[in-house]
Amino acid sequence: MTEVVERFGGSVRVRVLKDRLVRGACAGAALVALVPLFSVLYYLTVRGLAGLDAAFFTELPKPVGEEGGGMANAIVGSLQLVGLACLFGIPPGVLAGIYLAEFGNGAFGRVVRFCADVMSGVPSITIGIFVYALVVLRTKQFSAFAGGLALAVIMLPTVTRTTEELLKLVPEALREAALGLGVPKWRATLRIMLRTAAPGIATGIMLAVARVAGETAPLLFTAFGNRFWSRGLDEPVASLPVQIYTYAVSPYEEWHRQAWAAALVLVGLVLSLNILARVLVRHRVRT
Amino acid sequence: MMMDLVGRPADAGRVAFEREASSSRAPSAPFAGAPNGEHAQSDADAVASRAQTSKMRTEELRAFFGRSEVIRGITLPIPEKKVTAIIGPSGCGKSTFIRCLNRMHEVVPGARSTGKVLLDGQEISRGVDPVRIRRRVGMVFQKPNPFPTMSIRDNVLAGLRLNGLRPKDPASLVESALRRVALWDEVKDGLGRSGLSLSGGQQQRLCIARTLATEPEVILMDEPCSALDPIATARVEELIHELQSSYTIVIVTHNMQQAARVSDYTAFFYMGELIEHGRTDAMFTRPRQQKTEDYITGRFG
Repeated sequence: MTEVVERFGGSVRVRVLKDRLVRGACAGAALVALVPLFSVLYYLTVRGLAGLDAAFFTELPKPVGEEGGGMANAIVGSLQLVGLACLFGIPPGVLAGIYLAEFGNGAFGRVVRFCADVMSGVPSITIGIFVYALVVLRTKQFSAFAGGLALAVIMLPTVTRTTEELLKLVPEALREAALGLGVPKWRATLRIMLRTAAPGIATGIMLAVARVAGETAPLLFTAFGNRFWSRGLDEPVASLPVQIYTYAVSPYEEWHRQAWAAALVLVGLVLSLNILARVLVRHRVRT
Repeated sequence: MMMDLVGRPADAGRVAFEREASSSRAPSAPFAGAPNGEHAQSDADAVASRAQTSKMRTEELRAFFGRSEVIRGITLPIPEKKVTAIIGPSGCGKSTFIRCLNRMHEVVPGARSTGKVLLDGQEISRGVDPVRIRRRVGMVFQKPNPFPTMSIRDNVLAGLRLNGLRPKDPASLVESALRRVALWDEVKDGLGRSGLSLSGGQQQRLCIARTLATEPEVILMDEPCSALDPIATARVEELIHELQSSYTIVIVTHNMQQAARVSDYTAFFYMGELIEHGRTDAMFTRPRQQKTEDYITGRFG
C-alpha cells in the first residue's frame, strides 16, 4: 500500500492537506466575488426603502420644493421601452441566430457573425446618437419609439450570438432523430433544435433585457424624459434610469431620496423579469 | 419464375454478382442470393430467396463524402419482412449504406451518392421528397436519442405531431407502441416523465416505439445495441424478432453473434464493397469467400 501512495508523491496526509487548502482558497475567492454584489444590494435596499412609499408607484413627480410625489410615469415608461426593445430586437435577433447556426458557414455568415461581435462592443451612447440621427431628427421629436429602437439595437447582437451558440450546443443526434422520423428540416429546427435550446436562449435574452433596462445614455436623446404621462409612442417618455440620473445629479435632498428608491425599483423590475422568463420557459416535463 | 421484385428478368440483376464472384477465390456456388440460370441451383437457399420478394434494393450504389468514395457500387436486395444484417469492420461503409436507404446520407454536408435505391420498385434516391421516404423508411440510431424536452408520451407521438398529424386516440396509440417494444409495463405509471429519466436500454426501446408509431414499412437500425448492456441488448434483440413479422428490418451491427441471432440474411461489407451476401445460417457456417471467413472467425476486423 505504501508503495502506491509514494508513487503519487507525498503521504496521504499531505494530499488531504493540499486538498483542503485549495478548496478553502476557492471558497474564499467565491466569497470575495460575492461581496460587491451583496453590498450593492444591501446599500440599495437600505437607502431605497427609505424613499419608497405607495405614492412612489402611483403618483407623478412633484415640482421642486414640494414633498412627496412618485415615479409612476417612469416605471411605466421603462416597461414600455423594454417592451418595445423586445418587440424590435428579439425576433430579428433569434432569426439571425438560427440563420448563423444552420446556414452560417459561408462567407456571408462569417461577415454577419463578425458584425454582431463588433456591434456588441459599440458604446451604447453611440447607438443613441445613431438612432437620434436616424429617427429623432427625421420625425423632429423625441419618442418612446426611438428609445425602444435604440435599446433594440443594443440587444440585437447579444440575442443573435446567444441564439447561435446555444443552437450549436444541441446535439446533432436530435436533429437526425427528427429528420429520421420524416420531419422537414425547417420544422426540425424550430420544434426540436430551438425548443431544446429555448431555456438557454431565454436566459441569454433576459441578460440582454436586464442590460438594456438599465441603459441611460442611449435614452437621453431618443426617449428623452417626461415629467408627465406620455400619451403615445410618438411622445417623449420617462424612464427609470434617466430619472435616476436626473434626480441623482440634482442638488435636492428629496430628489436624492427618490433616486435611491428608483434604483431599488429598477433592480426589482429586472429581477422579476428574470424570474418570469424562467418560469415561462421551464421544462414542461419533470426530469 | 425468374423475375425479381422490380419486374425485370432475373438475368439483368446478375451482372454485378458475377463480377463479384469472378474476382474472388473460386466459390463453390455462385452468389446464393442471386438467381443464376447457368448453375443448377440445388441450393435450397437460393430457391427460398428467389420466392422472396425484395422490399428494397440498391443497384450499383455509390456514396461519397466530398472526394472519398465510401460505398463502391453495392447491389443488394433487401427481402420483405425479413431481417437483413450488415456486418463488416469499422469504416467499411455499413452506416453510410443504410443512411442511403432513407436519404439520411445527404444530410451530412458534402455527402452525395450515385446509383439506384429502389423501394417497392420505385427509384427513391433522387427526384422524390426525402421527407416522404423517411416516413416510409424509419431509422433507429446508435445512441438512444429521445427528445429531451418531451415526456415519454410526447416522444412516442413526436413523429406524428411534428408532421402536423393529430392522432384520434393518442392514448391508445402510445400504449400500443410502447407495448410492442415491451416498455409499457415499465413506464405506464410515468408517461409524463422526461424520456431522459429512463435507462439507456429503455431509451432505445422508446426510440424504437417512436419510430413504430409513424407506421414505417422498413426500419433501419444503425448499431442499435452498441450503447447498451447485455441485458438491454437481449431485450432489443427479442424485440427485433417480434417486429420482423410486420416490418422489413435492416440492422447494422459490429457484433457477429448478434447478426447470427437476429437476422435472416447477412451482407458482409469490406472497404465499401459487398463481399458476400446470403442466408445468415449459410453464411456463418459455410462462407464462400475467404475474407468473410476470416472476418467471422475473428482473424481481422
